[in-house]
Amino acid sequence: MSLLDALPIALLGALLGLDVVSFPQAMISRPIVAATLAGAFIGEPERGLLIGVVLELIALDTLPFGASRYPEWGSAGVVGGALYAAQPPGMYGALPAAMLAALLTASISGWSMVVLRRSIAGKLTRSRDSIEDGSRDALLSLHLTGMSLDLLRGAAVTLAGMLIFSPLVRAIVVIWATSPVISRAVVVVAAAIVAGGALWKVFHSVRYVLYFFLAGLVASTAIAWAA
Amino acid sequence: MTAPGIRLPFRVKAAMYVRLFALQGSWNYETLNGTGMGFVIEPALRYLPGGIDGDAYRAALARESRYFNAHPYLAGVAVGALTRAELDGVDPARIERFRTALAGPLGSVGDRLIWASWLPFCSLVALCVYGFGRSPLAVVGTFLALYNVGHFGLRAWGLSLGLSRGLNVASGLGNPVLRHGPQYIGSAAALVAGLTLPLALERVAGPGRAMAGGIIVAAFLGILLLARLREHAEGWRVALGVMALFVLFSVMT
Repeated sequence: MSLLDALPIALLGALLGLDVVSFPQAMISRPIVAATLAGAFIGEPERGLLIGVVLELIALDTLPFGASRYPEWGSAGVVGGALYAAQPPGMYGALPAAMLAALLTASISGWSMVVLRRSIAGKLTRSRDSIEDGSRDALLSLHLTGMSLDLLRGAAVTLAGMLIFSPLVRAIVVIWATSPVISRAVVVVAAAIVAGGALWKVFHSVRYVLYFFLAGLVASTAIAWAA
Repeated sequence: MTAPGIRLPFRVKAAMYVRLFALQGSWNYETLNGTGMGFVIEPALRYLPGGIDGDAYRAALARESRYFNAHPYLAGVAVGALTRAELDGVDPARIERFRTALAGPLGSVGDRLIWASWLPFCSLVALCVYGFGRSPLAVVGTFLALYNVGHFGLRAWGLSLGLSRGLNVASGLGNPVLRHGPQYIGSAAALVAGLTLPLALERVAGPGRAMAGGIIVAAFLGILLLARLREHAEGWRVALGVMALFVLFSVMT
């Protein structure tokens, strides 16, 4: 993928990366949205949605509480969706390889958010006297700088992710040796384990949770059987 | 100098509401949401005596930009209440105490209601729509519409509550949605999870049922293991490790 091809994807990554914390937190940065939009950019929204669903199941494990460090799924969803959608149909290694690229991007992007928030604290230290003096200009400058840097952060992470992982995923897909059934099964099992563990972690204290879950399971079994 | 009873024009309240969405733009490890609070409250403080060049404005802006922490969606409660207090000329020491007292509850209630209930519930509903074979537009549209009805509504409710009740917002935080919401949403999420997971995973797995038994057994054992290790293992890191090993295996054999 050339720099020119990656730029629109990077712009999308910038906007969705901004949504994670800074503005507007409308969850357009969730992987199910981000990957689908990236897939649509490539002209393959269905493929974007497929990897978006897998990443969303994994993202259920992430609870962005307070100042905890967590993976950033906005840019990662864009990278995963674009990489998977760009592979030719019928390449069985494309989904696992694009998933790996997305998960690595999520981890690196999470770290980049920590660096950004530390750099904002550094700027705050330099402008503390003005802000303590009630300077509107100093406060607005700090706030708008923080948001602008976050936008740039999302763009940089997405661009780097696309430029680094695009040739790697292409190379992996070409020499992929595992059968299509097993390739897809490993992805499904990994997503199911993480999603199941995450839902148990979040909802285990809810009263009668297992009964509600089993009722849903019975309904889905009935639907699948009827279909 | 005090200015009791200042009424804010609608456009100022609207500006504060829009700014609420950017509350965390300058989030940092020192003041957390503090400077964001100052940013959101600032349009209202212009109505203090003397305007933006007045001492009251500068003192209030400095005070409201100090350390603060709350869930971003519920921070509107604090924004509204502190704005009311500043405009009513409440004693600064009392405002400081109120800020400190309000931060904890707004953080924990918001985390439970939004991050640990509403967000996973909306994700599961969207995954359910996917499991039923709907289009990308339907899946994404369902998720964004459902989630943001709660999101936009909660921010508007919080700001309105704070502005109307000032420092007496505590009773408003006893709202049944905040107190019992996580329990009801959790029950609904468990029901939707039972419905969603098999359907969505079946669609991801694709046509044919080869290995279906193996997938179910492996997933069940993996979930049990991850549930036992929940304090020691983050699921996404487990997925990263599994995918890295699997990709390595698949290109080296």
